[in-house]
Amino acid sequence: MNKTISIVLVGVGGQGVITAANLLGSAAVKADVMVYVSEIHGMAQRGGNVVCTVRMGDVSSPMLPSGTADAVLSAEPIEALRNISFVNKKTKVITDINPVIPFTVAVGGETYPKLDDVFKEISKYAELYAIDALKIAKESGAAITKNTVMLGALAATGVLPFKPEVLLDTILGMVPDKYKDVNKKAFENGMKAIKK
Amino acid sequence: MEIMEDQPGKKTLLLGNEAITRGALEAGIDVATTYPGTPASEIADTFSHIAKYFTKKGEKPPFYFEYSTNEKVALEVAAAASFSGLRALTCMKHVGLNVASDAFMTYAYVGCKGGHIIVSADDPYCHSSQNEQDNRYYAIFGGAPMLEPTTPQEAKEMTRVGFDISEQLSLPLLLRTTTRLNHARGPIVFNKMQKPHGIGHFEKNPLLVTVPAVARKQHPVLLERMEQAEKLSEKSQFNEIVNVGKPKDIGIVASGVSFNYAKEMAEILGLNVRILKLGMTHPIPRNMCEKFIKSCSTIVVVEELEPILEQQFKVLAFDMKSDVKIFGKSTGHFSRLYEYNPDIVVDAFSKIFKVKNPFPKPVESKIKLPRRPPSLCPGCPHRASYYAVKKAAPKDAIYPTDIGCYTLGKEPPLEMADVLLCMGSNAGTACGFAVSTGQKIVSFMGDSTFFHAAIPALIDAVHHNHDVVITVLDNRTTAMTGHQPHPGTEFDGMGRPAKMIKVEDVAKGCGVEHIEIVDPNNIKETTAAFKRALDFKGPSFVVSKSPCILLEVAKKRKSGEGIPVYSINQEICKKCKTCIGRFGCPALFFAEDGSVHIDPTLCNGCGNCVQVCPFGAISKTGVKE
Repeated sequence: MNKTISIVLVGVGGQGVITAANLLGSAAVKADVMVYVSEIHGMAQRGGNVVCTVRMGDVSSPMLPSGTADAVLSAEPIEALRNISFVNKKTKVITDINPVIPFTVAVGGETYPKLDDVFKEISKYAELYAIDALKIAKESGAAITKNTVMLGALAATGVLPFKPEVLLDTILGMVPDKYKDVNKKAFENGMKAIKK
Repeated sequence: MEIMEDQPGKKTLLLGNEAITRGALEAGIDVATTYPGTPASEIADTFSHIAKYFTKKGEKPPFYFEYSTNEKVALEVAAAASFSGLRALTCMKHVGLNVASDAFMTYAYVGCKGGHIIVSADDPYCHSSQNEQDNRYYAIFGGAPMLEPTTPQEAKEMTRVGFDISEQLSLPLLLRTTTRLNHARGPIVFNKMQKPHGIGHFEKNPLLVTVPAVARKQHPVLLERMEQAEKLSEKSQFNEIVNVGKPKDIGIVASGVSFNYAKEMAEILGLNVRILKLGMTHPIPRNMCEKFIKSCSTIVVVEELEPILEQQFKVLAFDMKSDVKIFGKSTGHFSRLYEYNPDIVVDAFSKIFKVKNPFPKPVESKIKLPRRPPSLCPGCPHRASYYAVKKAAPKDAIYPTDIGCYTLGKEPPLEMADVLLCMGSNAGTACGFAVSTGQKIVSFMGDSTFFHAAIPALIDAVHHNHDVVITVLDNRTTAMTGHQPHPGTEFDGMGRPAKMIKVEDVAKGCGVEHIEIVDPNNIKETTAAFKRALDFKGPSFVVSKSPCILLEVAKKRKSGEGIPVYSINQEICKKCKTCIGRFGCPALFFAEDGSVHIDPTLCNGCGNCVQVCPFGAISKTGVKE
């Protein structure tokens, strides 16, 4: 049996999580790897949380069993923790460190936990890579390349069943010409953020 | 446009919904209709996207497409296309078929001519729905052959081949999908594109007029057609046996996305099983199923929601006097609730086959996380409407609501949604509360919902002089499902100019005497208008008119006008919390010291918080791109 790769992408509606999952899926098709992508975005565009799964290799189902993710890519710190049931000790959890505070904190009296506690908790169960993707994106030339930074970081972990260049090419194939350079830089800087 | 490319063999990644559209294009679709609803929306949106592309170029699109007023109209428009010999597709979410069911239940009696596929997108777990009804019952109930895809590729193939099946049987075909198929992406291999028919021709046939004598004649015809359908099911490429390991006498029966979980988990557990994968699930291939039962000592049925296959297999086993043991919902191994996933299936398999579940127990965070439910967007005009009504109405007023973004007014601090059944139910239940209680009633719906299902209830209110305030939150779009057009918008789904129907004109035509038209962004005037409407004895109608803020923001970005940004002057702010605690815009937040601020990245610049603040602490302080 060929190896199965499962990647979970999480975040908040509007953060581009679904687009990132689709880019991974398209890259897999490009690399001729079998792939299924699942997205749940029922009412998510109104600020709810989003969960996408990408499964590659010898797979029949776009959904994965608990504790079997190879990587979790999180655009928001507590969303990584909310989906902790997907991880095991070897799972690489890559999360952006910039919070998006839900309105239940402002209005409903709920509490957004301290980031240090969130990261400590994730580290108990998985291999954590907390990066300031927003800062890296801005340094690369545009805040909007945040997801490209995240995908670069994911590629650098080596979990993908194809070379990082395939993913980068897929991304560049979908952005307008004038944004190609910043995206390339963002992807490379994302890779570096994991490697160092 | 990739989805229109006539390149057989080309492989690309498509959403399940896009794959259905591609399948219809490969079959030479002539007429496609819908009313938008998650998780079906992208099927129709893809048709719309293609049609607009042609309209923009000044060319005639290869098919006719419309966002119909509701699902019943959508089904009727497409049925007439089929009667005229054209190929038609109607797509909707599962509850949409309830609306269309009046047409659907008699459709199979008269049958169709051109192939007609009705896509029902079911939503196990109610990800974005008011219930999780299993629409496979509709295929049985109405007498329609049914296909259930397991993957996007199969969804495309079933759509393509489904038109042939529909034409062979002269019956509309139900393509039954679920959220995990509609919103899953997978590789799709293109087939050749067939040319559409273009223009159809209607040949008169007295058997299309379902007077009682005709209906009595046509019901036996339908039963004969279903027998034909069963023969097709026996030979269907979509019903097959998939072996895992070295199977002997253990069988699994599965359909839809459950098949994917069953197959992968059986492989992982190292089971030796034969899986009967049923793609044509109505009618089931009786001979094939009987043979399968004969070859098994144990059968596990894996299907989401209702035990439809399981009960049919039990009946077959009973009739065959088989002593096969059938596991499923009746043995408590599977639930009738929610959607399945690999964990649920592996857990059931490990119990039934007495093997160890190989997966680790899922870890749980010890830290309590704040919930992140969806909410009305910053700057949403509905928030201002709700705020005004709350000021105008007595405390015990009843607020019947409806299906759309405004349902999100249920959340604190607004809490402006008390009852919801279905599309249009706000107005009907409002009438009922008027005769049943002494409380004031203000009901809410959107403009698309008004056209879809609320007009008969409005007429009821007028005719019986019910003392209600019926409100249309008129944002000139079908916002929740992705901003589709409706009878009140200036363009149709093909991008052609369309007659805009005004909500208030319809109300006038229905005989409503007290109509208020307000801009909710003027909270003071809106409050006064609702007070007048509440004081009026008898039915009053309020149209609260302001475009969806997401469209406004997009428009401003495009024109370069910029979006105003507001902020709170901390020296003037008395921390009374009216803005955050009562108005509750999600762009407002508490800093650690308890002071209230506006997040400039979230603020959409409506400025309504300025009107809400009793101390004048909020003002426009900038403009963002």
